[in-house]
Amino acid sequence: MTMADHKTNKDQRYDRQLRLWGDHGQEALENAHVCLVNAAASGTEILKNLVLPGIGAFTIVDGHRVSGEDVGNNFFLSSDSVGKNRAQATTELLQELNTDVSGNFVEENPDRLLDNDPEFFHRFSLVIAVQLEESTCLRLGSVLWNAAVPFLVCRTYGLVGYMRLVVREHTVVESHPDNALEDLRLDQPFPELTNHITSYDLDNMEKKDHSHTPWVIIVAKYLQKWCREHDFQLPRNYKEKEAFRQLLREGIRKNENGTPEEEENFDEAIKNVNTALNPSKIPTAVEDLFNAEQCENITSQSPAFWVMVRAVRDFVQAEGRGSLPVRGTIPDMIADSDKFISLQNVYRERALQDAAAVSRHVESHLQAVGKLPECISEQDIRLFCKNAAFLRVVHCRALVEEYGVDTVHKDEITSCMDNPDSEMVLYLMLRSVDCFYQQHSRYPGVYNYQVEDDIVRLKLCVHSLLQEYGLTVNVKDDYVHEFCRYGAAEPHTVAAFMGGAAAQEAIKLITHQFVPFNNTFIYNAMAQTSATFQL
Amino acid sequence: SLSLLLFSLFRKKKRRIEELTEKMALDVGSSGDWDGRWRHVQKFLERSGPFTHPDFEPSEETLQFLLETCKILVIGAGGLGCELLKNLALSGFRHIHVVDMDTIDVSNLNRQFLFRSKDVGHPKAEVAADFINSRVPGCHVVPHFKKIQEFDESFYRQFHIIVCGLDSIIARRWMNGMLLSLLVYDDGVLDPSSIIPLIDGGTEGFKGNARVILPGMTACIDCTLELYPPQINFPMCTIASMPRLPEHCIEYARILQWPKENTSIPSLLVLMCLPLYGVALDGDNPEHIHWVFQKSLERAAEFNIIGVTYRLTQGVVKRIIPAVASTNAVIAGTVPSRENTALFAYVPLNNYLVFNDVDGLYTYTFEAERKENCSACSQVPQKLQFPPSAKLQEVLEYLTENASLQMKSPAITATLEGKNKTLYLQTVASIEEKTRPNLCKTLKELGLADGQELAVADVTTPQTVLFKLNFTS
Repeated sequence: MTMADHKTNKDQRYDRQLRLWGDHGQEALENAHVCLVNAAASGTEILKNLVLPGIGAFTIVDGHRVSGEDVGNNFFLSSDSVGKNRAQATTELLQELNTDVSGNFVEENPDRLLDNDPEFFHRFSLVIAVQLEESTCLRLGSVLWNAAVPFLVCRTYGLVGYMRLVVREHTVVESHPDNALEDLRLDQPFPELTNHITSYDLDNMEKKDHSHTPWVIIVAKYLQKWCREHDFQLPRNYKEKEAFRQLLREGIRKNENGTPEEEENFDEAIKNVNTALNPSKIPTAVEDLFNAEQCENITSQSPAFWVMVRAVRDFVQAEGRGSLPVRGTIPDMIADSDKFISLQNVYRERALQDAAAVSRHVESHLQAVGKLPECISEQDIRLFCKNAAFLRVVHCRALVEEYGVDTVHKDEITSCMDNPDSEMVLYLMLRSVDCFYQQHSRYPGVYNYQVEDDIVRLKLCVHSLLQEYGLTVNVKDDYVHEFCRYGAAEPHTVAAFMGGAAAQEAIKLITHQFVPFNNTFIYNAMAQTSATFQL
Repeated sequence: SLSLLLFSLFRKKKRRIEELTEKMALDVGSSGDWDGRWRHVQKFLERSGPFTHPDFEPSEETLQFLLETCKILVIGAGGLGCELLKNLALSGFRHIHVVDMDTIDVSNLNRQFLFRSKDVGHPKAEVAADFINSRVPGCHVVPHFKKIQEFDESFYRQFHIIVCGLDSIIARRWMNGMLLSLLVYDDGVLDPSSIIPLIDGGTEGFKGNARVILPGMTACIDCTLELYPPQINFPMCTIASMPRLPEHCIEYARILQWPKENTSIPSLLVLMCLPLYGVALDGDNPEHIHWVFQKSLERAAEFNIIGVTYRLTQGVVKRIIPAVASTNAVIAGTVPSRENTALFAYVPLNNYLVFNDVDGLYTYTFEAERKENCSACSQVPQKLQFPPSAKLQEVLEYLTENASLQMKSPAITATLEGKNKTLYLQTVASIEEKTRPNLCKTLKELGLADGQELAVADVTTPQTVLFKLNFTS
């Protein structure tokens, strides 16, 4: 197969996902190496959803031998896998899914690896741990935190799913927001837009041209008129906007009998008054980035993201006169081709100019810290400017902070527990079964005969957990009973749900597109509800 | 109340199908079980818990029912279907049927994990069934490489539950209609043993939804038709004379240029095979897509429009919906636990779940409500209100455009002077031609009277929908 054939084949195979994250997202995926600790059902389900879209490589770390129970809930084991090493057995069956992916395994207990070779984990783009006992999880968490390797913890415990993201800083340029507001600048038109608007004379136009003038032009024209009559103030409240709509209505051409013609572009203009009058403000999330320390102090170690944030901030303070770079896209609207395209070009050209200005700021910052301007491409800067209003940065807390008696987010827990059936209670129960494990070296209720006695023991664990953290909340006995009933089972369907959700978060982390959760996700499979907490 | 009914429903249904199964003497056996195999499942089936339904009795019997008796139908062996089959097989379901009319395409391989490159071109249902049967010992998946419309009531009636992973709204509605047609009413009271629960899932990109429908009892697909956004079509005048977007250029090439330039291709082959009809545009034929792409580029250049790419062309021509493995996994992951829920334990009141993980992870569950006058499940006579001077064309447009009807190609018949008369039917070309003049006639001219019943058939339902014509003045 030639290179070109391989490329087309890949384009076809990945077509449905390339439409979501593009070729650059796919490239990031293909360069990633993900480590999975423990190939339990939840773990192989996650990897399945990463191998299929073509992640570069995976490595499974697992010291367990395959049991009959494992084959019962894990699709990537077969009955003749019993007794084999679980890392090896699952790697073989996962590898079958996609030959583009390199599958590796290490037959080793993670604790042993952490003892002998903690640097082993530094090489990965992301480490995912599933069904990992608390003490090992905390150890691994601290190794990865210090090495700044993103860490995703995932767990299926009976009918409860748990996920925790541990990443120091995760930056997102393309957050792909649903229903993003348009960037039209009608409240403060830039000179080229003003000139373009002036080139239209609505009163002296052919009828056909009048009804094919883009609504953006119509609104801009009437806004000029409105401002002249209203002390240079835009319509602010409902009443004024209604009056402005009336002004637009009066602009519709009338026939000889004085009845208004049908002009759909004017209908669109009236419908879009709110969109059009949306002030061109800098979103607070972006303001926060401007004020961040990473933006203030650009060094040779600064990631490209922060250099560009700084350059955009410089632009806002200089060329942009308080505004972000123009996005350069407009929505489709009723218009003839020429009118629409020339309006679109006004925005597009302005966006290119703004990006070029940002690029100059990038260059001077790079120069100042002794780096070559080429290390941030023109293309990246344009993409950055286009997404300037949607930039996102996620900072998660370290596991140590969550577990620390002095740093625990007590208020979050207490206020959620005002509702005793909040998903927060499931988090507290998970922490309690971990406490049980620490004391008894096993989880509660694994065998039928243990259930009754373990309810009493687990209740003590709940009590001591709450006491340790000074939490004055009430955990209903029903939850203690329910968690003993679970007996640490990992039902396949819950594992499959968590496998999908965790893989999706992994893809976000790897591609730097879309926004990951921060930082604890709880899924309640009994009621089919979920919640996210910052712990 | 819903949950109580659900339980009595399952009891009765279980008994009925058990009798049926006995007669059919299915013999798959409980072979291939090894120590610990069902331990993850058993804890939920054999232990009582504080949140289970009061009617739920934990017992070993339940697993036996799953393994030996319960019969389940999966519709669609695509992205969701593959996940569903896996989840069901590992949850203890052994008598599974799967229906899918498609064959495997390369673009399926990024998520439909039961298929490999060597399977491209083979029927999805068959490859999926073979894979599950070989990976999960004792599981017996029966494939049907067919359309759902090819089966009748007797086929659907044999299942305890039907799970749908379809990408077509029409097919969903048809399935919904089929299950509604199985309902038995005694003196207007629904016989619960005639209910077959329908679990339906759908995904698009990073979003998805799953819902449970108890036909005749809870909101059906047609009750909530407004939840499906109407397909966006560009106005013809935009495509023909004032394109603005690359998509407009592609639609121009697809809708206007292709039929014109491909009806009389002076190629011997085409002349021999298809002397009259020309070549239909095939979205799966790379040459066809390439042709449309080239023409779209030319059109775009003419209007200074940028952004026409091969990928976009393919997307517009085939109306591609982005899809990824993880979302299917999430939705399928909610579906079977809903089934377990439905069958054994927890019965949530909320029957509709929405999932979105574009920004963080978000789920929302709510109770979709029945529509009082739903044309599919309400048993309330449907009304059509038109003045006698309205043309049949207007009635046709109402049936296709009304948000709660959204029919595709309705065929309208009426009984006039004791005879059945087809007023309009478009699926058969010769009849369409004969009945087309009726569209321009007024209802009065067609001899229809106030209170007249009109029977409407459509691809969205296996049943005929009866409308009562009410004349307005």
